[in-house]
Amino acid sequence: MDRNEMIEHQKEIRNFSIVAHIDHGKSTIADRILEMTDTVSQREMQDQILDDMDLERERGITIKLNAVQLHYHAKDGKTYVFHLIDTPGHVDFSYEVSRSLAACEGAILVVDAAQGVEAQTLANAYLAVDNDLEIIPVINKIDLPSADPDRVKEEIEEMIGIDASDAVLASAKEGIGIPELLEKIVHEVPAPSGDVNAPFKALIFDSVYDNYRGVVLSIRVIDGFVKVGDTIELMNNQKRFEVTEVGVMSPKAVQTATLSAGDVGYLTASIKSVKDTRVGDTITLADRPAEKALPGYRKITPMVYSGMYPVDNAKFNDLREALEKLQLNDAALEFEPETSKALGFGFRCGFLGLLHMDVVQERLEREFNLDLIMTAPAVDYHIILTDDTKKVIDNPAEMPEATSIKEIQEPYVKAQIMVPNDYVGPVMELSQRKRGEFVTMDYLDKYRVNIIYDIPLSEIIYDFFDDLKSNTKGYASLDYEIEGYRASDLVKMDILINGEVVDALSSIVHKDFAFERGKEIVSALKTTIPRQQFEIPIQAAIGNKIIARSNIKAYRKNVLAKCYGGDITRKRKLLEKQKAGKKRMKSVGSVEIPQEAFMSILRTDETESHKN
Amino acid sequence: MAAAYIHIPFCDFICYYCDFNKVFIEGQPVDEYIDLLLREIKMTMAHYRQEPIDTIYIGGGTPSSISPQQLEHLLSGIQKYLPVKSGGEFTIECNPNNLLDTTRLEVMRTYGVNRLSIGVQSFNDAVLKKIGRKHSAQDALTAIHNAHKVGFENISIDLIFRLPGQDTADFKQTLAQAIALDLPHYATYSLILERKTIFYNLQRQGRLHLPSEDAEADMYELAINEFSKHGLNQYEISNFAKPGKESKHNLMYWHNEHYFGFGAGAYGYLDRDRYHNNGPIQQYMAPLRKHKLPVFEHHLVPFSEQVEEEMFLGLRTNKGVSKQHFQDKYGYTIDEIYGDTVKNLIQRHLLVDVNGHICLTHDSRFFGNNVFAEFLLDDET
Repeated sequence: MDRNEMIEHQKEIRNFSIVAHIDHGKSTIADRILEMTDTVSQREMQDQILDDMDLERERGITIKLNAVQLHYHAKDGKTYVFHLIDTPGHVDFSYEVSRSLAACEGAILVVDAAQGVEAQTLANAYLAVDNDLEIIPVINKIDLPSADPDRVKEEIEEMIGIDASDAVLASAKEGIGIPELLEKIVHEVPAPSGDVNAPFKALIFDSVYDNYRGVVLSIRVIDGFVKVGDTIELMNNQKRFEVTEVGVMSPKAVQTATLSAGDVGYLTASIKSVKDTRVGDTITLADRPAEKALPGYRKITPMVYSGMYPVDNAKFNDLREALEKLQLNDAALEFEPETSKALGFGFRCGFLGLLHMDVVQERLEREFNLDLIMTAPAVDYHIILTDDTKKVIDNPAEMPEATSIKEIQEPYVKAQIMVPNDYVGPVMELSQRKRGEFVTMDYLDKYRVNIIYDIPLSEIIYDFFDDLKSNTKGYASLDYEIEGYRASDLVKMDILINGEVVDALSSIVHKDFAFERGKEIVSALKTTIPRQQFEIPIQAAIGNKIIARSNIKAYRKNVLAKCYGGDITRKRKLLEKQKAGKKRMKSVGSVEIPQEAFMSILRTDETESHKN
Repeated sequence: MAAAYIHIPFCDFICYYCDFNKVFIEGQPVDEYIDLLLREIKMTMAHYRQEPIDTIYIGGGTPSSISPQQLEHLLSGIQKYLPVKSGGEFTIECNPNNLLDTTRLEVMRTYGVNRLSIGVQSFNDAVLKKIGRKHSAQDALTAIHNAHKVGFENISIDLIFRLPGQDTADFKQTLAQAIALDLPHYATYSLILERKTIFYNLQRQGRLHLPSEDAEADMYELAINEFSKHGLNQYEISNFAKPGKESKHNLMYWHNEHYFGFGAGAYGYLDRDRYHNNGPIQQYMAPLRKHKLPVFEHHLVPFSEQVEEEMFLGLRTNKGVSKQHFQDKYGYTIDEIYGDTVKNLIQRHLLVDVNGHICLTHDSRFFGNNVFAEFLLDDET
């Protein structure tokens, strides 16, 4: 392709994402677009083809990004090149969403015809607006009996503020509205505006490790072009690599000679670690660099830390290998070895947020067949000692003696909560309860309010998001960024089981809440630790002072007194189940503690609400 | 030594706790079922002509729910194709409401049945109603009276504890009434919630209120004490008998021996093969109509599982597992296979060695499952 051809090619490119609230049909719309552009043959078609990790399919969430090239023969007789860029759908990954939107000119906003506009619809629509994207509203599932497209149109106009009068009425399941949508993409999403003759400049919006090719970068070329043999430079860390392959995903990798302005594709350059290739970074050419990097680059740092321990101590090395393998693909995951008196050898791991933590845990258990104990998540605390030195801890067990502490500082975030105005009261009440400090509040329109609070990060990771959702019927959306450290009146609370401190259950709590939290944790442990053959006292303590206590009574009977006739298999299965359950428990002293108990520090509210 | 279990999957009422393979009898092809069941027995036994049958157990379902004519057809067929050797044990399960006259009892007696297992469950009418039984406490007494009249002496009754609406005092009353009958054998089971039962669904809706775990333990302990006071020795987790009146068929299971399984969903264990038949009645009958056996699944029991089963079944009996017998049967000592497991359990007072028999202690009988699970071998080792 010469430069003139590249310029012509650029006019036919349409780059877009699909954004939606969970379950509104994003993946089904993507599937239909792929089918109708013949990108995937019917035979290859598998529902929700873009989500290729098992876990994604099962949880119905998108974790890694994908970009697919499709060819669409439009009614005007021309063939257009579409790049469909998939986005993850959770607040933990909002930075990645915003970077993938930055690679597009348009966004298809999918809204369920029955459910209407919901929290993630708002949050994602606003991310699209922030990135100056052309938004094409699609009202999906119009075949449902409860569909009310007119009401949903009104909601889109009033709550998001975009014209929805000719929103596409679709049913992705039935294939209705998809031809119309494809035409709209051609006519409403602008062609990319970059300059083929300018120095090469591209945005990294995803990176994946491949065993054979090293890191595979997903990139959007802004200006210029790149080909095999070029030396690229990553503008953030100045590292240089020689390009070994460029191409597009359609949806399998297809090599091309070049990627030029407007293109979305992949690039490999024998890069060994995804750590070098942070999402959001700008790539240029070493011998003719672009002047300025693209805006918006953020180094991703873990916000939440948790200890991960193999239930079977002999699996320590397996866990290390598994974490190393996951890290190749997950630049946000950090880990270092640590030891716990109760749990033995394990790793302190850093995550973006709780979902990220859950996903890593599940992948370790599923893909690497490891049984893990995770300790309650914690944040980084700054401890100022009496000699004015500073110590940073991310594990309550490392807390120095109370007498040597002058001050404890904890990270605060600026939390931006967007809600319909009916819920302002509950949101403010919740934020106050979580030690939040009110900053400001403004009306975005007649219905929606943007509330800003400074809140300790530890409260956010504890249960703020869940509480926020339940107090606002799921309408609130939350975005937060680290604001800095502030001194707080914090203490370390220990948990004693059968008279022994279990270091993995220690937590750092605010003094005013310590008593209440102690009671909650003790009662949560009482429900999660199964009754055993002896009575087990459970206590919460600050220093030497016991602030809450309870006993787990000894159980009296565990034997099957039922006649299964000759069905021995059934007896065996029951015993095997019991044994498997025991494998997921950790013996601390003589007490068997199940996996969930170590998380009960986090999930006390849930157990409380079950009781009510 | 050989044994046979025969399954009759029909019931004239469905109990709220039952998840065995059974259907409501009305409109069911009972006659054809019996014909094909006898065909299954005949076909199977053609391969085992020399095998004398020591024990037969007809269970269900409710074997007594079929008509006296059907019962006669069934039992005469069994007599023909599966004769019990003299001195053998031949048990049939009955519900009290089918024994309110002596018709069926006489048929049973005629064809060699010599032991009855009667589903009494409770002597409290309110409790019986709550668990879906369609007979009264008085019906149970009448049934036992009739059985005695026809000449049955070897009678066992089943009692269930931890039932909704039951408390320790009530169960104690039921035990007293049961023991007053002076029967040679009693079995008592704790209610276990199983999927696909009415109770399971009630439980999920929060509408089932069962006695606590502690109450369950109290009732179990009470049963053990009351029976033993009256000369009824516990010989297995759930079974109590006067000396010499232990059920040979039940002991055969706990001794991990071989048995034929006949009928829909029945389990059998022959050589190394644990097999079971198709459960649904039509699926059971279809292959038999074509003279094929209705086996749903075979499982060749590997050595490791045989050993595990020897232990977790044998430990259910009060006599426990004989170390010598184990070695004779498997060619290894228990310790050669389980290392220090037995020693450790003895140290923790969960097992005891009585004259070369490893058995549960009185206390550890309550925690049998914990001990049994220790005898499952790890996959990796």
